[in-house]
Amino acid sequence: MAGNWQLAKRRPALEARARIVQTIRAFFIAQNFLEVETPQRIPVNAPELHIDAMRSGTWSLQTSPELCMKRLLAAGYPRLFQICRVWREGERGGRHLPEFTMLEWYRSDADYLKLMDDCEALVRALVPSGVLAVRGATIDLAAPWERLTVAAAFAAYAPLSLAQALAVDRFDEILSNEVEPRLGQGRPTFLCDYPVQLAALARCKANQPDFAERFELYIAGIEIANAFSELTDPIEQHRRFNTDEAARRALGKEPLPLPEKFLAELSNLPPSAGIALGLDRLVILLTGATTIDEVVAFPPEEL
Amino acid sequence: MYSCSDLKKGLKLLIDGEPHIIAGFDFAKPGKGQAIYKCKLRNMITGSLFDRSYRSGDSFEPAQLEDVRMQYLYQDEAGYVFMDNKTFEQIYLSEATLGDDKLFLRDNMEVEILMFNGRAIGITLPNFVNLRVERSDPWVKGDTAAGNSKPATVEGGYTLSVPPFVEEGDVIQIDTRSGEYVTRVKE
Repeated sequence: MAGNWQLAKRRPALEARARIVQTIRAFFIAQNFLEVETPQRIPVNAPELHIDAMRSGTWSLQTSPELCMKRLLAAGYPRLFQICRVWREGERGGRHLPEFTMLEWYRSDADYLKLMDDCEALVRALVPSGVLAVRGATIDLAAPWERLTVAAAFAAYAPLSLAQALAVDRFDEILSNEVEPRLGQGRPTFLCDYPVQLAALARCKANQPDFAERFELYIAGIEIANAFSELTDPIEQHRRFNTDEAARRALGKEPLPLPEKFLAELSNLPPSAGIALGLDRLVILLTGATTIDEVVAFPPEEL
Repeated sequence: MYSCSDLKKGLKLLIDGEPHIIAGFDFAKPGKGQAIYKCKLRNMITGSLFDRSYRSGDSFEPAQLEDVRMQYLYQDEAGYVFMDNKTFEQIYLSEATLGDDKLFLRDNMEVEILMFNGRAIGITLPNFVNLRVERSDPWVKGDTAAGNSKPATVEGGYTLSVPPFVEEGDVIQIDTRSGEYVTRVKE
């Protein structure tokens, strides 16, 4: 009768979450994806200007399993998926936890367009009715999903063009405040083709070298997944890592070594594509929750 | 000085020389981009609400407010009356100044009055208040153990979600910071 009622109240969401995870596993296993587990505590993550890892001794907790997943791809594993915990320092909000659950999947001999198809098939498998109700609005999953370039999205929704926003360093602010709330309304949106400086691990578009084959999936204004056609050129990857690491240090962040084993094995990576999907946020959408706290057993403040 | 990582609901900042309280807070991070700290700010003098976004590197001056312990007496046409039990000085606060805090006020409750440059601009409630449930429908579905919930309205008119076993006439403890049910209080 007494007990922790706030915790007991989450039971329907936790039951839904368990069913969602089971459906996701079945979806990938049926398509001959190999489920893997890679270490969560690693020597170093890929350098990211705006993602900070949590230290664990002299190593770090992973901010994403991407480096190990791509080393597996490079060793000849063609289709992989993983559901795992990742950690990001200082991220806490209505849709952010410093420790959260990531679903990543990778395909060799594929590009980011194939991952768009995967996203559509996966979410439709999770919502057999094809219609998602989110805070009174209806999202039609059955119709073709919108594919909108970042430049077109800024032209349609932002006070500045993409080039202007980048020039005055207001890209993230405008994306968050003006653009994101308009995406994925009515039907999901793939926001695609990011400026190459915002896609450190992605391949450039063949006909537009200033843009990278990267997309983010939005449903009802919520960012669900980030994907790209993988960069397979070790020299170019090394150059981009050095650029980002230098930018990190310029911001006063702790110097980090580069992931040398990953760079060394990158030359064996076949043309491939990979995606990271925030599982907690998918559960928010599928259960009608409004915050990430409602779909996990224990937010950190309750530990 | 505060940095962005200090921002949270309830923090009081000095902006353009006036005290502001963060009435709503969220953290956003588009894609792999930089963190955006989205604040809904209330000017504690004028009561006006507005949105403002900050980003890493921004810093903030704390609002220096003085707390004076007073007792809530009653409400009349002019507003809500509080008294300093040491000096017997009485002050009025308007409904707009109190905002949602008025929902949890009970006669004779002791609160902290927030003073800015000698002027009362708000109150700090105790973290927990006990209020009597005035309206809540009986639970009819049988199962009362599995984390179900139902609405209840407490004295003063605030409505919140409570466990099924809470009945009209019960006294419940509410966390005034979150507005959420904590426990049933045995009297």
